[in-house]
Formats: sequence, C-alpha cells, structure tokens
Amino acid sequence: MGDSGRDITRTMSPPAGAALRTSFSKLFDEIGTVDQVGIEERVAKFTTRSIKKGSKLWGLKTAVSMVDLTTLEGKDTPGKIASLCQKARRPSADPDVPPVAAVCIYPFLVKYAARWLADTAIKVASVATAFPSGQSPLPLRLEEVRTAVSDGADEIDMVINRGLFLSGEFNAVQDEISAVVEACGDAQLKVILEVSELDTYDNVRAASFLAMQVIRPGDFIKTSTGKASGSATLANTQVMIEAIRDFYLATGIAIGMKPAGGIKTAKQALHYLVAVKETLGDAWLNSSRYRFGASSLLNDLLRQIEKEKTGAYQAPYYFTEAAESY
Amino acid sequence: MARIPVTKTPKVYVGGQFIRSESGRVFPIQKKLSPKGQPSLLANIPQCTRKDLRNAVEAAAKAGPDWARRTPYNRGQILYRLGEMLESRSAEMTDALVISGASTKAAAAKEVVASVDRLIYYAGWSDKYEQVLGNTNPVAGPFFNFTVAEPMGIIGIIADDAFPLLGLLSQIAPVIVSGNVCVALASEEFPYPAIVLGELLAVSDLPGGVVNLLTGFRKELVPTFATHTHIRGVNAVVSQEEKKQLQLGAAESIKRVRARKRDDEIDWTGEKAQSVYEIRDFIEFKTTWHPIGA
Repeated sequence: MGDSGRDITRTMSPPAGAALRTSFSKLFDEIGTVDQVGIEERVAKFTTRSIKKGSKLWGLKTAVSMVDLTTLEGKDTPGKIASLCQKARRPSADPDVPPVAAVCIYPFLVKYAARWLADTAIKVASVATAFPSGQSPLPLRLEEVRTAVSDGADEIDMVINRGLFLSGEFNAVQDEISAVVEACGDAQLKVILEVSELDTYDNVRAASFLAMQVIRPGDFIKTSTGKASGSATLANTQVMIEAIRDFYLATGIAIGMKPAGGIKTAKQALHYLVAVKETLGDAWLNSSRYRFGASSLLNDLLRQIEKEKTGAYQAPYYFTEAAESY
Repeated sequence: MARIPVTKTPKVYVGGQFIRSESGRVFPIQKKLSPKGQPSLLANIPQCTRKDLRNAVEAAAKAGPDWARRTPYNRGQILYRLGEMLESRSAEMTDALVISGASTKAAAAKEVVASVDRLIYYAGWSDKYEQVLGNTNPVAGPFFNFTVAEPMGIIGIIADDAFPLLGLLSQIAPVIVSGNVCVALASEEFPYPAIVLGELLAVSDLPGGVVNLLTGFRKELVPTFATHTHIRGVNAVVSQEEKKQLQLGAAESIKRVRARKRDDEIDWTGEKAQSVYEIRDFIEFKTTWHPIGA
C-alpha cells in the first residue's frame, strides 16, 4: 500500500467517454442510485417537526457536544487557536453546556491546540492532504498527514481527489484514501467528498460508498470543505446518511457523518439531528458518530440555549466569538 | 363588462420585504361605517407574533451598521426624500386614514401634511443635532475632550392609536435620523395606514431593515419588546400596565424606556411633539480625550 501512490499517478489517463459511462454505471448497478425528488421531499419534511421545551434544550446541548469548532483561515495564529480552544473547553458560562467535540484547524497549528487541549477529552482535528483542493502529489499529502498526527492530531480531515473521481478512476480514489488511512495510524479519519463539486446526488452516493469501503469502522465521511461555493445541505447530507445506513445494513460497519459548511443556526442544526434520528436512529446521536463542522453555529446554539432557559431573546454580542464564520 | 375588484392583501414591511406573519394569522379590520351602512371588511391584517418580532430584530441588526456609518447629510437627504414622496402620495395616505376609520377626511388631510412636515423637520436636524447635543469640554490639561453623540442600535417603537400615521412617524423619525434602526409596532386599532406607509418606505431610499413595521396585538408583543436583549431602547405610547411591564423587562435586559402615557391624548400635531430632545432620547454619549498638538 505504501508505494501505491506512484502507481496511481502512472495509471492516470483520462478514459474515453464510453469507458467513463461504463465505470459509473457499473458502480451504480452495485450501490443503487438516488431519487432526487424523493430525497428533497423527504428532507423538507424534517424541517416541519415541532421540537419544543425540554426536547429542544436536549437537542441544542447535544448539538453543542457534536460541534467541531473550526477555524480555517490564512490569518489563523497560535493566539487565535488558544482562544478557540478556550471556547471549545467552556463554550458558555453556564456549567450545564457541555464542551464541544473537537477543534478543527490547519496542520501547522495542531501542536498548539494539542497543548491547550491536553487535559481534556476534546479532540484535535486537522485538515490535511492539501486541503481544500487535494491537488498535491500524494507523497506530500501523506507526509502532511503523518506530520499532523505526530504533532498530536487525534483526527484527520482529508479531501478526496474529485478530479479522479469524476473521471471514473475509482480504484485510484480508493487507493489514495487507503494510503491516507495507513498514514493516519491511530488517528481517526474523516473523508471530505466536497459534494458541491460532485454535481449529482448519484455521485455523492457513489463517492460515499467508495470511501466507506476502504475506511475503518468509526471513521467519518464529511460533506464539504467549506471553501467551495456550495456546502452541506439537508439533502446532500441525507444522501450520505442513507448511504451510511445502507452500508451498515449490508456490512455491519458503522461509519460516522460530518456535515460541514453553511450550518449557521441552531434551527438548522436541529433539522440535521431530526434527519439523523429518523434515518440512522439513536446510535448515531452522539459525537462519536455525528459531528457538525461549524464555527458560527456554536454561538447560535448558546444563544438559543440561553433563550430557552431565560425566556428572553438574546443579543448575539452577549456571546464571545471564537472564530469567524465558515 | 363588470370587473371583479382587485383587493390588496396587506403585508408588513420587514427587512425591506413584504411578509406575512410567520404564524399565518391575521385579524380583520372593518371599513369605516357610513351612518346607515353595514359593517364590511376592509382587510385582514397580519397578526405578528413574538417570532416575527425576533425576525424583525435580526433584519434590523443586519441593516444597522451600514445605516449608522452613513453620513448625517446622507441620512438627512433620505428622510427629506421620504417627506417628498409622502407629499406626492398624500391622497392615497389620506384615503388610508379615512377608509380605516382613523379620522375624518379633513383631519386626515391635516395629519398627512403634518407628517410630511415632521419628516422634513427631522431631516433638517440630521447634521445639526450633534452640534447641539455634543460638546467640547473644558479640561485642566493639554487635551481636547469631546462628547460625541452615537446611535444606540435597535430601538423598539410602540405606536399610539390616535394619529396612527403622524404618531408613528413622529416616533420613528427622531430615532432613525441619528443612525438607529427600529422595529415598530403599528397602532393595534388602526394598523392600515402603517401598511400603506410600508409600501412607501419600500420605494424610498431608506435601506431595507432600517424601519421594520409590524402589526398585531400589543398584549402579545409588548412582553417581547420588554425582554429582548438586542433591543436597546423602547419608544412607546403605553398604558400604565404596559409601562410597568416594559420597565421590568428593561431592568433585566438593560434598555432605555421612553414611555408616553396612552391616556394623555398626546397632540401629535403640536409643536411640542417635535424636538431635538426626541433625538437625544436614543443617543449614547461617548467622551473621548485627544492630546492637543498631536
């Protein structure tokens, strides 16, 4: 597996249109396709559930415990990571609010975050593999992963090579993911499909299966980088969690899910939780199987928790900013 | 050929858009009765909820920074233009006041004229109130010491039932001229003129979200005006009961309350109803030091 990287680059030649169609239709025969209208109708229903009082408070707190508090900006500094970690440990003055699941940062900053979070259960997640495009030579990407892990990253968020996927080079895509799995060692892996660049729900389902077939139980698949034009929606997340469900029913292997990008409000987060509950069940309603990749979401969750407790709508500036929105 | 009349669905003007209440609820208002006429429906008015108020505050919060950053001169121009537009629509506005039974034809015409004048009055103040309310303070040292007037942010407005147009505008204009944004609850009894006012605001130069107009029941909305912590002040015409409610909520959320008594039968047409001190009511004063010669 170690030198599969070199093989991939050699075998990469754009297949002819017919061959491309064949490779996709073969895959779709195997895993099935997505009913676009059905999916969109289904997720529209998730937004109509009435969640009030106690269950709302539970949902909000659960969502806080699932947040991967994220900052992925060129201007990030160790100081900013320190305040992000502080926010992650104790999001609110209210002791009732749990810490978040993880912080998600660039590899260079992992060593600082690891120090700040050493005495907590909060994970350090690092994007790696030439995030967000994934367009670097494989050995460099693998080295980036190994460096992040040795600096103290508990989780690695990798991006798949969308170009390879779209040109039907499924084996190459899987080989790359396998290589990263190996480079991760004990670290958990999240595979970012970047759904907005995959164009169709069928492709999202296909990419989900390709990733799930080679990652380990407990690893995650993730919607987006947050850097492309589109991001997580209820619909593309639904396609992915249905893929997780089908994969689980077929193999018994449980894969986690992380929607990321564009989830900014507590209300949206509750809609996503409804989708999980009604598709995957309670076993996925915890931070070891489900995460939100977000930054501004956390403050809106805190705001709504405070609203539930006091009955008064809260001003956004009552809550500290951990990082700018993504 | 007989034509089926096209009636208007009144919607409230929030965040630069015309919306229904999120609840979907409406309440009917009647046309003014002629001496021997039967009561007949004028319109179904949106019955806004506290969630609508919350959404309106979010819309106001979005519009706030840009509005506050504009030059006082520009804000004055926009208010003046609003006055111009109301002048040219005075027939429509008079009709809105009369048809909903808020006033007689003569009184309504007078109210619209006074409303135009009020807008012009505050437009004039836009680049002058700071000279009157701010100051350069004498200090014992080589420093300039300035007191400058700054807007507070989002202001809630609860309008009077008497003079449903003039009263509302007399509360809105001094609030927004200094760079505040507002969420206003129109008269419960005569909400129709506020609906028409929204249509005027939508085509004016006022950016969407600076003035947000809600219609509905005071009973349902006053408590939220009182407790919402993002609303920095309330400019209200209220009963004794509502005043207490506002003050209790304001103490909790630390906001300024300017309450006029509803029972006082305020004469909104009078000279006393307009003043630079109406602007001062929703200003924060900031004092800064600056070394001389540096």
